Amino acid sequence: MVNLVIDGKNIQAKKGTTLLAVARENGIDIPTLCSHESVENSGACRLCVVEITKGKTKKIVTSCLYKAEDGLMVETGNERVLKVRKFVMQLLMARCPTSGVIRDLAVKMGVVPEPRFKPNEDGKKCIMCRLCVQVCEHVVGVSALGFAFRGTDKALGTPFREPSSVCIGCGSCAYICPTQQIVMTSTEDTRSICGRTFKMRACSVCGRYFAPEDQLAFISEKTGVSVEDLSVCVSCR
Amino acid sequence: MATNSIAAGSDKVYQAMADEIKARNLKFQLTKTGSMGLDSMEPLVEFVVPNKPKLSFAKVTAEKVPALLDQVINLHLDTETPFYRVDEQENILTGEKTFYCTGKVPRILRDIPLIDAIPYYAKQVKIATRNCGIIDPENLEEYVARGGYFALYKTLTEMSPDGIIEEVIASGLRGRGGGGFSTGWKWRSCRDAEGTVKYVICNGDEGDPGAYMDRSVMEGDPHSVIEGMIIGAYAIGATQGYIYVRNEYPLAVANLTKALAKARDAGLLGKNIFGSGFSFDIRISKGAGAFVCGESTALIASMEGKAGEPRAKYTHTVEHGLWDRPTNINNVETWTNVPVIMARGADWFSSIGTKTSSGTKVFSLVGKVNNIGLVEVAMGTTIREIVHDIGGGVPQGKTFKAVQTGGPSGGCIPGSLIDLPVGFEELGEAGSMMGSGGMIVMDDTTCMVDIAKYFLDFLAKESCGKCTPCRDGVRRMRDILEDICNGHGEEGDVELLKGMSEAMIDGSHCALGGSAPNPVLSTLRYFQDEYEAHILDKKCPAGVCKALIHFHVVADKCTGCVKCKKVCPTRAIQGNRKEVHEIDQTLCIQCRACYEVCAFDAIIIE
Ligand SMILES: Cc1cc2nc3c(=O)[nH]c(=O)nc-3n(C[C@H](O)[C@H](O)[C@H](O)COP(=O)(O)O)c2cc1C
Ligand code: SF4
Ligand code: SF4
Ligand code: SF4
Ligand code: SF4
Ligand code: FES
Repeated sequence: MVNLVIDGKNIQAKKGTTLLAVARENGIDIPTLCSHESVENSGACRLCVVEITKGKTKKIVTSCLYKAEDGLMVETGNERVLKVRKFVMQLLMARCPTSGVIRDLAVKMGVVPEPRFKPNEDGKKCIMCRLCVQVCEHVVGVSALGFAFRGTDKALGTPFREPSSVCIGCGSCAYICPTQQIVMTSTEDTRSICGRTFKMRACSVCGRYFAPEDQLAFISEKTGVSVEDLSVCVSCR
Repeated sequence: MATNSIAAGSDKVYQAMADEIKARNLKFQLTKTGSMGLDSMEPLVEFVVPNKPKLSFAKVTAEKVPALLDQVINLHLDTETPFYRVDEQENILTGEKTFYCTGKVPRILRDIPLIDAIPYYAKQVKIATRNCGIIDPENLEEYVARGGYFALYKTLTEMSPDGIIEEVIASGLRGRGGGGFSTGWKWRSCRDAEGTVKYVICNGDEGDPGAYMDRSVMEGDPHSVIEGMIIGAYAIGATQGYIYVRNEYPLAVANLTKALAKARDAGLLGKNIFGSGFSFDIRISKGAGAFVCGESTALIASMEGKAGEPRAKYTHTVEHGLWDRPTNINNVETWTNVPVIMARGADWFSSIGTKTSSGTKVFSLVGKVNNIGLVEVAMGTTIREIVHDIGGGVPQGKTFKAVQTGGPSGGCIPGSLIDLPVGFEELGEAGSMMGSGGMIVMDDTTCMVDIAKYFLDFLAKESCGKCTPCRDGVRRMRDILEDICNGHGEEGDVELLKGMSEAMIDGSHCALGGSAPNPVLSTLRYFQDEYEAHILDKKCPAGVCKALIHFHVVADKCTGCVKCKKVCPTRAIQGNRKEVHEIDQTLCIQCRACYEVCAFDAIIIE
């Protein structure tokens, strides 16, 4: 256990816990966009910043990455912190003006758009949080998504350009995407995502379409369980 | 030959010389060396005649080769005057002198300036570039003949790893790759880090546009880097080293590869070096050449085959670096300093430079300066000495306005601070930084808003794009600067830029985003009036931003010579011979051609 102070409150935390988790456990709210419990934090959005004081030095760190330490003084909402958060939100609002999620969060945080940032007109809602990339690679195990280019031109790779040949249509990326940039649409026996349409498999018991054929094939290959054995939906199992 | 001299045609000169020597059946030994640094005098050819001063000829062309050989053989100098002569040369590793001229200087050569009388060389102190332009980089014997690998022998056979680290700490050597972190302390932390497998890396990414000091050393004296790395590895307890070089540096890669092979053959790399029981080897790792890949954690990610993005962990590379093992990264120039420190001792090294910045620094001096090239000076040398004495000042009688140091995310130091000594603290306090040693001289025809825009544009493209403040913030900042240059600046932009800078410095994940506002902040600090002129008066005082300038003919001065009329690409100038000319503003595209061509200063920019 370590002892630290967050916003003037003495707090005990398990060693190795992130400041974000410690704060939340203690009812202190810190906004985040790129942190999700199912994947490793990347520190990409920079919304979760807090100020730490360690000895004589004060610095801004991302609470989703920084681990609780003994004797740390943390401020989660001082002027310096709010300045960074406001900047991040204004940049993201200009980047994806059509995103309701970003707009609502800004309203909640009391941030208004910076009139000098001309809103992007490409209609995209991607904030480059990279959750989709991580979930696809580390949870699904497919790596169908990635980034291309760098700098201002950096963009989410393959799926938006050419349909990915390795995507199994599992929908995890659409599920995790905070801004609904990735959309999944379904008909009774198909599902479209990331530029491809997948054929769905019907449950061998109830007949309901429940999962893409490609996904079952992928799981079958990984686990060695035959596709036939996998063709039973959750409710009928 | 280094990339800069090859660009000037040195390979053709070499071939012509080789052909001529063969044709005449001369007993000359022809070798290629690295660069002496002064680009505007390349290709440089030096002649060593036993017991006579070494003679150097500048701007040699293939056509001049036969005549040049005649002159040197017969020691008459009717057509080609040597650039300089060298009677004796100090070897920085031993402190001893090599005498080229053993007797009296031949009468005919007395008027040829000694190399130390050439202002460009006089104020330089060459430690990192000690062998560049002097030895054949492909020849291990020449490196050894200049005292090379003696420091390695001494350290491996006489010194303990801790003793070496103490010596490096005492020398005050600070990283030459930008941050200026104490090299000795970094080694200490890496030595103390837990783990049996440790790595040392040489950072040869050198992504700053226009900078080429590291390239020059890797091309011109690869063994000095290798020797430094072996000493460092021994001190730290590393068993494997890597030199990270960008693919765009093929000659550096080639020379390093050859040098590594020779060092291996000579038993300087591999198992049980000098019978000390210490084993170590070095491999080259080629990078795709992104600016951000010079950042240490991005470099490691790139070496591991991942995207070149800075790593998002609050851990130190000295503990968790390459493949999660303790890793010590130093810049090329940092490594080359190490053998000299070991050979001459910490006291000697720290006697050069200033209290907080010891030793020397190599700068690539470019821009509006007469002598363009690489210069190595003792820390504490002033900007005046570098720009005026070594650089020969600003050309065409223009005024020195500022010097940009520290690479794209460095800052501009104004002419009023011309007596600032260069050192890590001094440059930092002035709002710039040492960075890796870029130095761009600017005269009064440079617009500081335009310059800030140029660097921000570079950084917007080179940001790795991972984190919001840098990826989107740098771009938004550039857009605002572009607006200002185009006459669309708004009141409040200056305050907005300052506020954005603060948030970016605090919020960015790595030092690229953290230092990206520097070009804006430093130009705002010294040239805010120029920003205001753009924003409020819609004027560009330096006469650069096209949207804000107009070309006019001053009636009193115009002689009606029609020169301007002839060069104008859009036929915007009307007027008959011997009559005052006029510019049609609706047709003018602000190309400056008329302004440059007018011999009577009759065309002005407003
Ligand atoms: C954006 C960025 C680019 C960098 N580029 C280089 C580079 O090209 N070469 C280099 O040696 N260091 C570069 N650095 C500094 C390295 O991260 C690192 O501090 C350095 O290589 C350590 O070596 P030193 O202690 O010898 O300076 C860069 C840093 C940043 C933030
Ligand atoms: S739907 Fe495709 S891209 Fe999305 S997580 Fe699943 S496999 Fe990856
Ligand atoms: S598509 Fe969605 S999940 Fe993926 S990076 Fe963009 S915002 Fe994040
Ligand atoms: S600051 Fe810039 S270069 Fe560094 S991680 Fe963030 S986006 Fe990448
Ligand atoms: S600036 Fe160029 S386009 Fe304009 S008048 Fe002069 S020559 Fe013509
Ligand atoms: S939530 Fe921590 S950086 Fe995005």
